[in-house]
Amino acid sequence: MSDRERGQDQGKSEDKAADEAQPVVETDADLEALDELLDEIDEVLEENAEEFVKNYVQKGGE
Amino acid sequence: MALHKVLGTETEFGISVRGEPGFNPAVASSLIVNSYPGKRVRVQWSYEEESPGRDARGFGHETYGPLDPEGAVVNSVLANGARMYVDHAHPEYSSPESYDPLEAALYDKVGELVMHRAAVAAAEHSGKTVSLYKNNSDGKGNSYGAHENYLLSRDTPFGDVIRYAMTFLVTRQIFTGAGKVGSENDRAKTDFQVTQRADFFEEEVGLETTLKRPIINTRDEPHGDPSKYRRLHVILGDANLSEVQNFLKLGTTALMLAALEDGAIPDPLDLFDPVEACWQVSHDPGLTQPLQLDGGGTATALELQARYLEWLSKYVEKEMDDPVWTDLIGEWERTLTGLADDPMTMADTLDWVAKKRVFEGFIEREGIDWASPKLRALDLQYHDVDPGKGLYYRMLAKGGMRRLFDDAQIADAAVNPPERTRAYFRGRCVDRFSDSLVAANWDSLVFDVGESHLKRVPMMEPLRGDADLVGSLLDEVEDAAELLRRLGG
Repeated sequence: MSDRERGQDQGKSEDKAADEAQPVVETDADLEALDELLDEIDEVLEENAEEFVKNYVQKGGE
Repeated sequence: MALHKVLGTETEFGISVRGEPGFNPAVASSLIVNSYPGKRVRVQWSYEEESPGRDARGFGHETYGPLDPEGAVVNSVLANGARMYVDHAHPEYSSPESYDPLEAALYDKVGELVMHRAAVAAAEHSGKTVSLYKNNSDGKGNSYGAHENYLLSRDTPFGDVIRYAMTFLVTRQIFTGAGKVGSENDRAKTDFQVTQRADFFEEEVGLETTLKRPIINTRDEPHGDPSKYRRLHVILGDANLSEVQNFLKLGTTALMLAALEDGAIPDPLDLFDPVEACWQVSHDPGLTQPLQLDGGGTATALELQARYLEWLSKYVEKEMDDPVWTDLIGEWERTLTGLADDPMTMADTLDWVAKKRVFEGFIEREGIDWASPKLRALDLQYHDVDPGKGLYYRMLAKGGMRRLFDDAQIADAAVNPPERTRAYFRGRCVDRFSDSLVAANWDSLVFDVGESHLKRVPMMEPLRGDADLVGSLLDEVEDAAELLRRLGG
């Protein structure tokens, strides 16, 4: 891994640290992002969820 | 000074064939491994140096039941030094030995790309749509592993590892969990828990990995010079999609083990009942439950992790020059602070929190409850390695998850080995001499160069065979025969 990558990541951490100084409330932007994620779910979710879950059986391993 | 913590991961992927729920999983797994289109060599995996039945406590048996014949046949070594094979009923990717936890997190991430490429190729030539999930449970009481491996000195008494790593492994679950709807294996009912794996752990210490799983696994199989090394095989951990989380999981654990070897952990922080605590931590997404300590009194997992952070920050300041460790401490501190303020603030960093936040939003929007099959489906779909389908990947594309690597780096690491470990020699040999390689293991390669007998190159030192040592040699030689001659074989 290059030092450049590490540097970038460190930069991100600092930004986040600045964010953390604010009280923990969900901003409108957060809620909007969550709404977008939920729209995403509608696109991804298996149509027949029950059947999909029932059929997922994994035996053996490790 | 502690032994350098060479490390790596092994991931068994969940597998299902679209529209064919009864399809034999071992056959499907073989299809996946055989379909991988990238550069690799199909080899006989040599079990000569492997002894999964040997116990680090010194009283194990030498062999551990018959070897799975399917596993022996469908085996390949990739040009990045990884092993891709069929382990019973799952395709497995074992990352190449990495030099530091950031690199290990990258090569773990590569496993998803490798599996996805294999699934795409399998669909093209077989017409079967195979879905692969980087998770650890089917939600019906069956678990499969995500194991971590750390190089330890043979001089470190294993009793110390058991005592000092126990509480660390139990409490690190607050940032290693991948989240799960419901509970399994007769554990207490719960809506949502922090980890996939905790429900399946029933012992403090032991050799098993498939039943009565222990928090500390004692498999003593160093994959290196046994007089100098141990390999700690950590089985209490979830497969992670989050890049940052993987870095945290691998980094904090490697650091903890290094400090342990240097005697820099002043207190084992013994828990009264580690197994009970293991379940408790996982079943407490609010992260407020006090755990019973052995000497009396209680502390939460967060409080105990804060102790480790304090000790290991000092250790890094004193002993570790590489900036990767300073980055790790920063990330760890940020995570513990965020989790203490409000776990939901870590939704862009930790798999379990990302899931919980979205699932709670979905419950509210749909007017459903935690028992809905829709949530169980989403729980599974979070882990789908197909970037078009997997919920994690969809969230990533929306910028909802923090990253450490970009796509180009991940693609590059799928075909190029780490440069600072013996994985370099293995990967480059796969790339250059695929026709001559006939067998492999973590600590050896076997060549057939047309002579009367096969030639085995031992690689008993995990840090030897790196680019500095053999890079120019590998560039210069014409073929495997010349390589072996120049190596003195």
